[in-house]
Amino acid sequence: MTLSDRLAERVRSGDPVALATVIEGEGVGNHLLIIPGEDSNGSLGHSDLDRVVHRDGLAELEAGRSGIRTYGPEGQTTPEDLEGTPTVRVFVESWAPPPQMWIFGAVDFTAALARVAKILGYRVLVCDAREIFATGRRFPMADEVRVTWPSPVFEERGETLGPRDAVCILTHDPKFDIPAVQGALATRVGYIGVMGSRTTHERRLERLDEAGITSNDDLARLMSPIGLDLGARTPEETAISICAEIIANRTGRTASRLRSGSGPIHP
Amino acid sequence: MKELLNDLDRWRTAGTRVALARVVDVEGSGPRGPGAAMAVSLEGEVVGSVSGGCVEGAVVTEALSLLHGEREPGIVAFGYSDDEAFAVGLTCGGTIRLFIEEFNW
Repeated sequence: MTLSDRLAERVRSGDPVALATVIEGEGVGNHLLIIPGEDSNGSLGHSDLDRVVHRDGLAELEAGRSGIRTYGPEGQTTPEDLEGTPTVRVFVESWAPPPQMWIFGAVDFTAALARVAKILGYRVLVCDAREIFATGRRFPMADEVRVTWPSPVFEERGETLGPRDAVCILTHDPKFDIPAVQGALATRVGYIGVMGSRTTHERRLERLDEAGITSNDDLARLMSPIGLDLGARTPEETAISICAEIIANRTGRTASRLRSGSGPIHP
Repeated sequence: MKELLNDLDRWRTAGTRVALARVVDVEGSGPRGPGAAMAVSLEGEVVGSVSGGCVEGAVVTEALSLLHGEREPGIVAFGYSDDEAFAVGLTCGGTIRLFIEEFNW
């Protein structure tokens, strides 16, 4: 089976795959095929370059992005390492639907979170039942704004949510939060975050208990209160804190300072 | 590239040589993003599109010169804002860069 046969097989079946191609520099026309959970196929011309591009290709695939990246001939990436060396430009093409972020609650935090989510490559849906708040004009960065309660959205397309996707519930309002949490827990979504103070969180747990959500497996899926402890205050900082938690959740990392650890940064 | 797969298969089975052109970069407004692709067979059969009609003719010329050994695989640019750009422009005023190679891998 040639590289392109394997690529065609993945593209036809809708399974994620990325193709890296040297488009400028040493080895123009070399290819590397990147499939999550498998060793890469082909070579760009140097095993260290292959290793680095494989890692970056998986990240591009995760974000559903395609684009050009520049490396040194042995996969160097930092400006210091690239200075004075000939560079290799690599086009990484991804075949993956973009991950989705569903944000419930059209509040100040929503616009900032939607903006950061767009930078990370998400397709963003904003949902709120209040017509005056949930408008395309307030959230021009969102791909879709829905004026409705959470349940219809989950019923309609909750099954499209998977491990790469995120549900962020920012309403602070139990009559909206609880159905959104229930809806999200019924899907395979990888991240469920719910905003609120510790007091709100405690009260929410009582409400969830009343609603019959009691299993430890379900409760363990809820990132509540939402976000990493960065001391974030503004909507923008909070958006970073939430997105940082989503990334750490996906990679299974502790989100502590790199300085405090040892070993490889990208194992 | 998904829409090209059946034709690429057909050409490969027939032993026909094919050039593949993929959009790798778009500056400013461009009609199609990275990954848009077209393929040109040695006989001059064309499938796919990279710009919505603005530069396809020029891409065919480049593809055939590649297959005839008159140029190397590499980047081809179209648009107004770039010195390396060809005379062919895009109606939207942006710049696109394509990578053109023989489909033999």
